[in-house]
Amino acid sequence: MLSFIIRRLLIIIPMALLVVTLTWGLIRIAPGNFYSGEKKLPAAVEANIRKKYGLDLPWWQQYGMMMSNIVRGDFGDSVKYQGQSVNEIIKRHLPYSATIGLLGYLLALAIGLTAGTIAALKQNSAFDYGSMSLAMLGLSVPNFVLGPILVLIFGFWLYWFPPARWGGIESLVLPVCTLAAIYAAYIARLTRAGMLEVMRSDFIRTARAKGLSEKTVLFRHAIRGGLIPVISFTGPALAALLAGTVVVEKVFAIPGLGNIFIQSVLNRDEPLTLGIVAFLSILIMVFNLIVDISYGFLDPRIRYE
Amino acid sequence: MSEQNGTILSVNDLKTYFMTEDGVVKAVDGITFELKKGETLGIVGESGSGKSVTNLSVMRLIPEPPGKIAGGKIVFDGIDVLGLSIDDVRKIRGKRIAMIFQDPMTSLNPFLKISTQLMEVTRLHLGHDKAQARAHAIKMLKMVGISDAEERINSYPHEFSGGMRQRVMIAMALSCDPELLIADEPTTALDVTIQAQILELIKDLRSRMGTSVILITHDLGVVAGMTDKIIVMYAGKVFEQAPTRELFATPANPYTKGLLKSVPDPAHEQGDPLYQIPGLPPDVAHLPPGCPFAERCERAEDICRREFPPFVEVNTNHHSLCHFAKEVYAESRNETTDRHG
Amino acid sequence: MAENVEIVKGTSLWRDAWKRLLRNKLAVFGMVVLAIMVVAVIIGPAIISWTTGYTYDLIPTDRSLVKSLPPSLKHLMGTDDAGRDLFARVLQGGRISLSVGLISTIVSLIVGVSYGAVAGYLGGRIDNVMMRIVDILYAIPYILIVIVLLNAFSGGNTAVLVSWLPQIIASAVIILTGISLSIFLYRKLFERSDAIRGGLIGWLITATFILLTFFVIVVLVYFASLTISQTSLGKWLSEAYTQNVNQGLSQIFLLFFALGLVSWLTMARVVRGQVLSLKNLDFIMAAKATGVSTVGIIFRHLIPNTLGPVVVYATLTVPSVMLTEAFLSYLGLGVQAPFASWGSLAADGVKNIAIFPWQLLFPGLTMALTLFSLNFLGDGLRDALDPQTRKF
Repeated sequence: MLSFIIRRLLIIIPMALLVVTLTWGLIRIAPGNFYSGEKKLPAAVEANIRKKYGLDLPWWQQYGMMMSNIVRGDFGDSVKYQGQSVNEIIKRHLPYSATIGLLGYLLALAIGLTAGTIAALKQNSAFDYGSMSLAMLGLSVPNFVLGPILVLIFGFWLYWFPPARWGGIESLVLPVCTLAAIYAAYIARLTRAGMLEVMRSDFIRTARAKGLSEKTVLFRHAIRGGLIPVISFTGPALAALLAGTVVVEKVFAIPGLGNIFIQSVLNRDEPLTLGIVAFLSILIMVFNLIVDISYGFLDPRIRYE
Repeated sequence: MSEQNGTILSVNDLKTYFMTEDGVVKAVDGITFELKKGETLGIVGESGSGKSVTNLSVMRLIPEPPGKIAGGKIVFDGIDVLGLSIDDVRKIRGKRIAMIFQDPMTSLNPFLKISTQLMEVTRLHLGHDKAQARAHAIKMLKMVGISDAEERINSYPHEFSGGMRQRVMIAMALSCDPELLIADEPTTALDVTIQAQILELIKDLRSRMGTSVILITHDLGVVAGMTDKIIVMYAGKVFEQAPTRELFATPANPYTKGLLKSVPDPAHEQGDPLYQIPGLPPDVAHLPPGCPFAERCERAEDICRREFPPFVEVNTNHHSLCHFAKEVYAESRNETTDRHG
Repeated sequence: MAENVEIVKGTSLWRDAWKRLLRNKLAVFGMVVLAIMVVAVIIGPAIISWTTGYTYDLIPTDRSLVKSLPPSLKHLMGTDDAGRDLFARVLQGGRISLSVGLISTIVSLIVGVSYGAVAGYLGGRIDNVMMRIVDILYAIPYILIVIVLLNAFSGGNTAVLVSWLPQIIASAVIILTGISLSIFLYRKLFERSDAIRGGLIGWLITATFILLTFFVIVVLVYFASLTISQTSLGKWLSEAYTQNVNQGLSQIFLLFFALGLVSWLTMARVVRGQVLSLKNLDFIMAAKATGVSTVGIIFRHLIPNTLGPVVVYATLTVPSVMLTEAFLSYLGLGVQAPFASWGSLAADGVKNIAIFPWQLLFPGLTMALTLFSLNFLGDGLRDALDPQTRKF
């Protein structure tokens, strides 16, 4: 088990470097530069900038320099936000995204698991149809539509919550709800499907034949198997959530990582883009590893060595 | 003595239907039988004949919806099972009636240690505390022939072989010393050599514990040496019912005869083709008006396709669902005397 | 007699599924809504322009009307802040959103199905490598690829890509030869002896294989999107995405390319899983035993039998691609004014949410209704095509 974890952790490093390389290639293939804005710069100024950032070197030298810095954990300074290191920028903006992301996911888990389980146990009941239609609605309303609608209703009409900006618990409610909606919908559907599958299996019939109560059948015998699809969804979803969701940050004017990332790509801020990509890909792979490990705890048939 | 030979289970005109998209499937349609204490009953039939559904109905384990026990009466030791609340049914399940299922691979919970699965039964029904339940579970595992039970009890089902898993299932089923054991194809998923061991085990435990047994199978070879009487089911109906010995010697139903003929015989001549009943079991959602077996029956006449056959008593305790039951019975008797000179 | 029965049963598989689908009220609801939506989107703008004279890009000449008007009988969904009829714009936007959803799904189908089928069928180390590539691509934030491509090559810059065309074709030929060679070598080397498995040559070949496969994917997606963007629908769409159509390759091609690159991954996984479980079944063995070629088996036996899950997953890819397109348009990277897609309309609406809420609500809810219907249809198809998940 331990060697499995170590091996997987070690694999993450080359994988992340590969992802960084691909991203770097992608940025470099694209024409244009961070300094080539609307107007053309004088040739001398351009040459100076190129020299300053080492852009006059052959590409393999640039790549080598970038990689050797990254391997040491140094992503350099942002070229757009002068004098700020990439690490500082990530450190400053991550907490905003992580807060709403984590809260959003916990809310989604609470709603999704409860609704999904009840819907599965009362299959074809009014609750089942109602909650599953609601879940489908959650999947179908884009969050850039849902967010503003919530703002409109609770911010402008009812004055319950502030429509935007960061500060205080009450400012978290709307963004967290917007974020949670789609994930709650996903989790509810996955939970329902997983539970239905398990409740049909032979060993549930055995448990009932033993005279166990439905509560025991559900919580001792069914829940583990039913949760597996939810767990496998959780890894990537949580990584994406912690890293920030662009739309919610944009709609609610939250200074999170998602918007910084999009801006960095639009600005051709290469060091910042690479830094965030490396951070995100490591985050995704670490969460996937955690998911794999928790499979091992949930399902004794899975053994890692 | 009369106490000993009392009836443990009687099923009267049981009807279990499933509402499906194709219409009402009459999986069990008017089954009647009786089981005395200490007796072993074999229920034989092809898949889909309703033999499993009959027994799931006894345990009230039919999933509702789509299933529904549409009529009849099930009396277990004087208790009207169909009239009980679900909580009272739970007090019988696992304690007084226990079940073993076909596939030990899927019938044990793969996520839980077998200790958990064994102990929860006695903790629930016998009020054992943890230590008692554990000791009892180990005792049961030893009884079913798992030698290093103290260690193996901490294993998960996937760490056992198929035969061992079925032994665990049996230990689990018998841990509360039930009065009735329902074994639903307990050996179908196992290797032939393991099959014999498991059957021997059931036989041995039955005689030691005095449990009544219902043995469901599609394999006539399995019931031959195990049972006191046999019910042959087809399309949700009892086709023939007789003491084991009599059924094998003098079958009174063409379907039973077909089944007996299709049991491969080791003494079979090599060139001769193996016998098989022509055609496929009917679609129970769309049964023809006459005898459900008529399409496949070698001696079917017009009346068989037109009218539903009567349930004829051909001998004491020997009934057959056939328009020509008496004739078939007579033929069988002649064949037997011919064979034995 | 018995044979006839078999044939009838064989052909009625799809008919059975269709019957089950019709019995599912929500799926039927989805189909009806989608049908209405498609018809409305195709003929709606013409009807509006014929009855009222409004079109998606008509800015009223009367200066006093150049403002946001609330919904009225004249403007069923109101107008946007340039006084353009929102109903006409929503229908026009639907054309673009629906076509992008459809076309990008086709791109992801072509790539995902062939990739997944090959990986699943060849199995072993090749499968392993091909799936690791999918893992790596999963780890790249998809939005990055899309944004970099769209942002970098928008406008005149697309000419750069065109100038690469000869090189790309040449390298595609080399890569395809290389890949077949490496598969050939691979089979020769590894399927004969286990000794070399971990050796240097093995790793070299594997590494080459990773690179080659990666480029093959890019080229595959490239050509799939290129072909589609050359169709008349593609050309019409390109007008919406690029102000100047004659500037070499249009942005729509980039959008297909980018969306195609990111949306085939799950499809490939689905197909691979299906093929893996199918390939050991008896009828594939029988085909092998009677000497059907590998290509024949993949295309004649495996792919048709994976059709069920593929159809289901494709139905669910359409809404997810439409959402991505809307998201890009929301960020200002998609459709250019005066054209509109549901995403760009919603983005415009969000700006005025407090004063002119209808500008968000109508396009937003139209899109939600469409996605809702597509999702229900996908669910219904899954239930219909996979009888095991039926309720009994």
